[in-house]
Parts: sequence; structure tokens; C-alpha cells
Amino acid sequence: MKIKELTKGIVKRNPIFVLALGLCPALAVSTAIDNAIGMGACVIFVLLLSNLIISLLRNLIPKEVRIPCFIVIIATFVTLISLALQSYLPELNESLGIYVPLIVVNCIILGRAESFASKNSAPDSILDALGIGIGFTISLILISLIREFLGTARISIFGYGFGFPFAPINFFILPAGAFLVIGILLALFKKKGLVR
Amino acid sequence: MNEFLMLFLEYALVKNFILVMFLGLCPFFGVSKKLKEAIPMGIAVTFVMLCASVITWLISQEILIRFHIEFMEIVVFILVIASFVQLIEMIIKKTSISLYKALGIYLPLITTNCAILGIVEINFQEGYSLLGSVASALGAGVGFILALSVMSGMRERLELSNVPKSFEGLPIAFITAALLSLAFVVFGGIGL
Repeated sequence: MKIKELTKGIVKRNPIFVLALGLCPALAVSTAIDNAIGMGACVIFVLLLSNLIISLLRNLIPKEVRIPCFIVIIATFVTLISLALQSYLPELNESLGIYVPLIVVNCIILGRAESFASKNSAPDSILDALGIGIGFTISLILISLIREFLGTARISIFGYGFGFPFAPINFFILPAGAFLVIGILLALFKKKGLVR
Repeated sequence: MNEFLMLFLEYALVKNFILVMFLGLCPFFGVSKKLKEAIPMGIAVTFVMLCASVITWLISQEILIRFHIEFMEIVVFILVIASFVQLIEMIIKKTSISLYKALGIYLPLITTNCAILGIVEINFQEGYSLLGSVASALGAGVGFILALSVMSGMRERLELSNVPKSFEGLPIAFITAALLSLAFVVFGGIGL
């Protein structure tokens, strides 16, 4: 069990800004901080359990059919989280909408299954999943913080929030704002020398 | 007829899959460097979208809804798409080598393309009829080709221009996409 598996996902191998994976949900749900936290939690749940199960089964799954097996395992956990959201958090489910079932095709999860969990032991895979999942969530929160602050002139988390005395720039809530914010953040990461 | 035209326009322009809904971004940034590659990729995606919509519509009506197992939708749909893409790949390989060379390399990428599962999920959740699903899938596909080809045209030009060092590659592609997406905001004004 190596602790560096946990920390590498947060900055050095950040899934969004360094590996450029899982961009669809990152752009789509980052209009509000609540949505970003909800999406991040769903991805951590699915990533953690699918990494755990895949690493436990890694010697049983035949090499030729490994991808379909991974997809079925991932889809099972996505179904679980989708049903849980529908019954316990209907509002969050409403605002995440179609992007909950689309966690199945999130490249981060299949990518970790293929490149890490299928080759490493269960404890390491759990740490890897936590690290990558937390890195994804932090990036999502960062993007949504910028978009919500500039786009609505407010910052609110779980209903508690405060406004700022400037006119909201609607552009940042539009899809175009998401592309612009991620583009600039990617350039910043590149300038800091974190991306090859 | 009018209703299907509306669905087509809605998913081609107003809810453009790439620029408004952010579905299928991986091929959008990966393959949009050259126009020559963008068009076959777009056609392959549209074709799979159309076929997958028809197949999943039949399965959802005849199996999922009939036996009240709608909660299985995610697992069923992703398996149908994955096996269907595999099947097409085998058929194309056997029948036309030139088509296989043009589309073949993009087909494995399509399984995990969010645009395909996206259109299938939208059709299921909105409860479109068979023809409605075909119209929305066709619209989404045409919108995909449109965005992909405009973007690749712009990126071909971008190759020649002088971009600040830290913006080279993906960052400038995102900024370009932002401007392109801003242009698509206009279509939101069409009252469909």
C-alpha cells in the first residue's frame, strides 16, 4: 500500500487538467458548485467500487473480454448511484440529468480500470481511485466556482450563499463560458509546467 | 412531418451535441485537427447513432417496458452499443476494405463516445416514438458533423498562426470552441 498512489491524482496526474479525461461532465455540470460536488461524489463512488471489484477479479477475467466485463461492472455501479439519486436526492438528479447515466462512458473510470486496477492489488486500487476521484472533484469545484462567481455574482453551497456587488456576466453560465474557463485553466497548468 | 423536422433542427442546432450539450468531446478535440479525418469520423458517429437509436428503441419497448425492468436501461444500452459497434466493424471489414480503412480506426473509439449513449438515453427519457428517435439521432449526427468540420477547418488555420506558448495545443482549441459555441447561442432564439 503506497500513499503516493493517493496523492498523485490530485495535481501531478489530475484527470481533467493534465490527462484531459472526463471533460464532458466537467463542462456540463460546472454551472453551480452544488452540481460539481454531487457529480464528484457520484464519480468517486463509482470509481472506488469499480476499481475495487476489478482489482479483486483481475485474475479471473479473461484478457480478450476484459473491456466488456469492465463496462458491465461500471454500469452496475452507475445504475446503483442513479437509483439512489432518484429516490434520495431528486433535485440533484434533476439538475445532473442525463450526465448521471453518462458516467458509464466517462473515460476516467474505464481508463483507471484498464491501466491501474487490472494490474494492481486491491488496497492500491482503492487509493488510486480515491486520489483520481478527489482530483476530479477538486477540478470540478474549481471550474464551477469561477463560473458561478462570475456568471451569477453569487457563491452558494447547499443553500447557504452570499452575493457580490457587481453585475453578473451571463457569458460564464453559457456553454461557451465553460469552454473559455477550462481553456484558460489548461493554459495555466501548462505554464506552471505541470503538463508536458 | 413538421414535428420530426423540429426534432431534427433542435438536436442539430439548438442543442448541438458538442457545443451546447458537451457530448462527444473526446473525438471533437482528438480528431478535429484535419478536415480529412473529421468527416469520416462524423459519418461513422452519425451512422452508429441512427442504428443504435432504432435498436435500443425496439429493445426498450419490447423488453424493458413490457417486463417493467426500466432500471436496467444503463447496463442494457451500453452492452447493445458495444456489441453493435463490434458487429459493424466485422461486417465492414468483410464487405468493403476501402470503407474499413476510412472508418475502421474510428469505430472502437465510438463505443465509449458519450454522444451515442447520450442520444440513446435522451430518446428513452423523453419517450420519443420510433420516427422521433430517428429524427433526433439524425439531427444529433448532423450537428456533430457540422461542429466537427467547422472546428477542424478553424484548427487547420490555427496551425499556421502564432499562438502564445502556454496556449499551444489543447488550451487554444478550447478557446476556439468557446467562440464557436457562442455563435451557436443564437440558435437558442429559435422558438421550437
